[in-house]
Amino acid sequence: MPKVTVDGHEIEVPEGATVLQACELAGKEIPRFCYHERLSIAGNCRMCLVEVKPGPPKPQASCALPATDGQEIRTDSEMVKTAREGVMEFLLINHPLDCPICDQGGECDLQDQAMAYGRGGSRYDLNKRAVTDKYMGPLIKTQMTRCIHCTRCVRFSEEVAGVDEIGALYRGENMQITTYLERAATHELSANVIDLCPVGALTSRPYAFEARPWELKKTLSIDVSDAVGANIRLDSRGREILRALPRVNDEVNEEWLSDKGRYQVDGLVRRRLDKVWIRRGGKLQAADWNEAFQAIADAEPRGSIAAIAGDLVDCETMFAAKTLLASLGSDLLEGRQTGMSYDVSNLSAVNFNSGFAKIENADAILIVGSHIRSEAALVHVRLRKAVKRGARVFVVGPEWDTTFPTTFLGTDAGVLHDLPDAVGEAFGKAERPAIILGAAGLAAGALEPALGLARQWKLVREGWNGFNVLHMAASRMGGLMLGYGRKGGIRDLVTAAPNVLLSLGADEVDYSAFPNSLKVYIGHHGDRGAHAADIILPAASYAEKDGTYVNTEGRVQYAEKAVFAPGDAREDWTILRAMADVLGVSVGFDSLSELQAAMIAAVPALGVEGLADFGALPASSGNGRASGELKYPIEDFYMTNAIARASVVMQRCSAELLHGAGMAEAAE
Amino acid sequence: MLADRDRIFTNLYGFQPWNLNAAQKRGDWDDTKALIGRGHDAIIDEMKVSGLRGRGGAGFPTGLKWSFMPKGSKDGRPSFLVINADESEPGSCKDREIIRHDPHKLIEGALVAGYAMRARAAYIYIRGEYIREAETLFAAVAEAYEAGLIGKNAAGSGYDFDVFVHRGAGAYICGEETAMIESLEGKKGQPRLKPPFPAGAGLYGCPTTVNNVESIAVVPTILRRGASWFSSLGREGNAGTKLFQISGHVEKPCVVEEEMGIPFRDLIETHCGGIIGGWDNLLAVIPGGSSVPLVPAAEIMDAPMDFDGLKALGSGLGTAAVIVMDKSTDIVRAISRISYFYKHESCGQCTPCREGTGWMWRVMERLRTGDAEPAEIDMLLQVTKQVEGHTICALGDAAAWPIQGLIRHFRPELERRIVEREGTMMEAAE
Repeated sequence: MPKVTVDGHEIEVPEGATVLQACELAGKEIPRFCYHERLSIAGNCRMCLVEVKPGPPKPQASCALPATDGQEIRTDSEMVKTAREGVMEFLLINHPLDCPICDQGGECDLQDQAMAYGRGGSRYDLNKRAVTDKYMGPLIKTQMTRCIHCTRCVRFSEEVAGVDEIGALYRGENMQITTYLERAATHELSANVIDLCPVGALTSRPYAFEARPWELKKTLSIDVSDAVGANIRLDSRGREILRALPRVNDEVNEEWLSDKGRYQVDGLVRRRLDKVWIRRGGKLQAADWNEAFQAIADAEPRGSIAAIAGDLVDCETMFAAKTLLASLGSDLLEGRQTGMSYDVSNLSAVNFNSGFAKIENADAILIVGSHIRSEAALVHVRLRKAVKRGARVFVVGPEWDTTFPTTFLGTDAGVLHDLPDAVGEAFGKAERPAIILGAAGLAAGALEPALGLARQWKLVREGWNGFNVLHMAASRMGGLMLGYGRKGGIRDLVTAAPNVLLSLGADEVDYSAFPNSLKVYIGHHGDRGAHAADIILPAASYAEKDGTYVNTEGRVQYAEKAVFAPGDAREDWTILRAMADVLGVSVGFDSLSELQAAMIAAVPALGVEGLADFGALPASSGNGRASGELKYPIEDFYMTNAIARASVVMQRCSAELLHGAGMAEAAE
Repeated sequence: MLADRDRIFTNLYGFQPWNLNAAQKRGDWDDTKALIGRGHDAIIDEMKVSGLRGRGGAGFPTGLKWSFMPKGSKDGRPSFLVINADESEPGSCKDREIIRHDPHKLIEGALVAGYAMRARAAYIYIRGEYIREAETLFAAVAEAYEAGLIGKNAAGSGYDFDVFVHRGAGAYICGEETAMIESLEGKKGQPRLKPPFPAGAGLYGCPTTVNNVESIAVVPTILRRGASWFSSLGREGNAGTKLFQISGHVEKPCVVEEEMGIPFRDLIETHCGGIIGGWDNLLAVIPGGSSVPLVPAAEIMDAPMDFDGLKALGSGLGTAAVIVMDKSTDIVRAISRISYFYKHESCGQCTPCREGTGWMWRVMERLRTGDAEPAEIDMLLQVTKQVEGHTICALGDAAAWPIQGLIRHFRPELERRIVEREGTMMEAAE
């Protein structure tokens, strides 16, 4: 542990720390543009210059200089002040003075640091450089004259995303950041470069000229676009969510967010269900709540009612429905909409046990039936890190662009029973072996064989559990904890042919299997589920209610209500509570806090933020066999849920980035 | 004047062919096996004793540089020697003459130096514009392979050593050692941050030493004739001989090998036939290639031409590319042109150089015509100080120094132009 002196105060810093980190530990702010904790060190902005002794008699870039014992660092000397002013002046001479019309205004590093470390005025009275704007796709808006060439975006796409999409052309003052031939950036995490850009060169295209940061109400929430449960902040003005930004959580999403989680929010104001609808004579007609509840009561739900949970619902909604069903004498609950029926008697067998942060340490990884980039883009970032640290990766399933060296073992799930020797060898030697089982693998019956491999390769050992199931629905783990998983899957419900079928925002179900049930859709978007419904009760989206979500790691997280639901829409639990009154039963709660208390009493793990404990991994029964061609369920990354399907931005991404449609703008 | 027997580059003027046969007659490749037989550390020690300072411009002791290389690989990484033949400094043309007429000195030097630092191979990075020179070098390397002088069991020494020639694409910045390594790896030529230094992690992450062509080409001769011979030439701390490249307003511009520390007057009188128009007509000299500050006539005339002698004058020896300017020179325009060169060649990676070189050039252009305020001279000087020492590599310094030299010695000329232009403007306005 080297000891260094920062402005006269001696402190001890961790081994391998840089001078910049040492200064931060000492409580000194070091201005910077190119330096970013999660990217490699570029040292090119020269803003972090400090004076270091011993060393040459000139200021040093603190971000790239290792802290060594006995260093004397000064951040407050005249030399440092002059150096910062000098660099700031250089950055500003060619930076346009267009802050009043720049979207970065108010949250701009350059603005802030110019105020803090710059000179009062400019000595440059020549013409400023102008740079042509580059096309980077439907999400990233460019204004390249503002670029200060920090190369954060270049390093992000190379290092974190693993695609060489963004780079620099030309040299000297003509250097320009662009995508190759101005193609759109297509990576699932591409929009993170907007957050990384310290100036207004890369801004959000859908959010362009929408709002100023100080006008926005900021609400802490959880992303529901996949099962990662990325921590997000919803910025809203009035009743509208204007944007979603990632929050820092090193355990979950670090500080990234997938493009879908970030940009599906415009779907929250489109195709919304804001009225009660009842199907009469084959046509949906507007109605009121009492009519709807009465119609449900008339269908005689007592003892013959089932509930299907959708992918986006919170635990509170599922618990309220479960309680209602229980009071009506039914336990027909299911959340796996597409008909999967893997064994859920022990949840540790269907959980991402390693955790996202720890999977980075795995040294041999077998992925069974998961297209991780589209199913959980943020987990893919972790796998890249594992590979950088030397992990070998094998994939069972159709080939996809992993961005790192991968051995594909074929598309037939049966290969799990007859793995090539190389796999066994790699796992035999591995100290932290891991299996990641995806939805396609679960559908092909690979859970049992995978559990067998887990025992064979000793995936569970001291301080390490390498058995992972990667879900795709934000509600999945919470639903399973609440009992939304039957032995026969959704077929149990079909067999039971209930009088009333409650659909909690379930849009992926084949409703034609329930011809004689009264289908009641409680949800927020006029999507597939609503089209099949007999009665539609408008409910709240994830942004419009407080809720508990459990991600695929079994991590319990809470989201807060950012805005009110539109029109007549109500928070889901209040709808179920009101329905109970009409049906003449009692559910035992009158407020959200009572509901949550009851839920936590039933499932205590939901009351503790953090990883739930599901106990030991069960042994494989040994008689399950995986078979058949694996097929990844996600065909269109941008269109996986009702919100995304309603989002104009996601539709445009889908059309342009996945289906190659030319942009109208470009054609004009 | 350097005695003929003390010359290292005996075919500098190209009076004889460059090929292997002729080179061997001149003494190259003469029992190279024995040189290698002395052992790694003995060669490095001999180089240290000889006092050879790097000929690429910075003047870092060559033997010391080699001794930073690891003594054997702990993790299986090989070591590399990279030879910098990306001679792009305006005024410099010595490496070109070596490669044109004496390429085997370089290749033999590469083998011996590479052996001394335990390198697996040498990469010669040659400037893209040197087309004929590259052809010669390719041919010479092929000859050496053919004769078994390099490759497996190089020159019968039992040491395996390869030499690769790599052509640049015409970027000045690729002459910076880490940018050269980037470029060799196939990336955009932009200098790397130091540390890590190339001796720790250089080409492909392996220990690497980057040396100038001249530094490497003199190695076999120094070893053959002994360190004491080399150090007996020149002055204390500035030993040996050096290729001087004199251009500009002299009667006979030339590249010539001379003893370090030769007085400027002797150098010009002996080899260049004097200054055009006589010594009274001398205005200023840029003694070490475009990046060092100019020295006015009075100060340079009797100054010793070596690292320390020119440093004392506030300039530097650089590559010993002596640019002589007589009184017909528009000195402001000359320096402005140099500024343009650095603006054009800045890689654009770090802020002060990317933004500063353009700014400096634009102000220089206005000072050339006098279209400026007197206060801008001081502002320009401040801007050069803001660039100098704040950048990743030395290109920022190289862009700043010529302007600093101009302002230090020719401020009255700059002020005269401003006043003069003001005068004409007033006339026009009346």
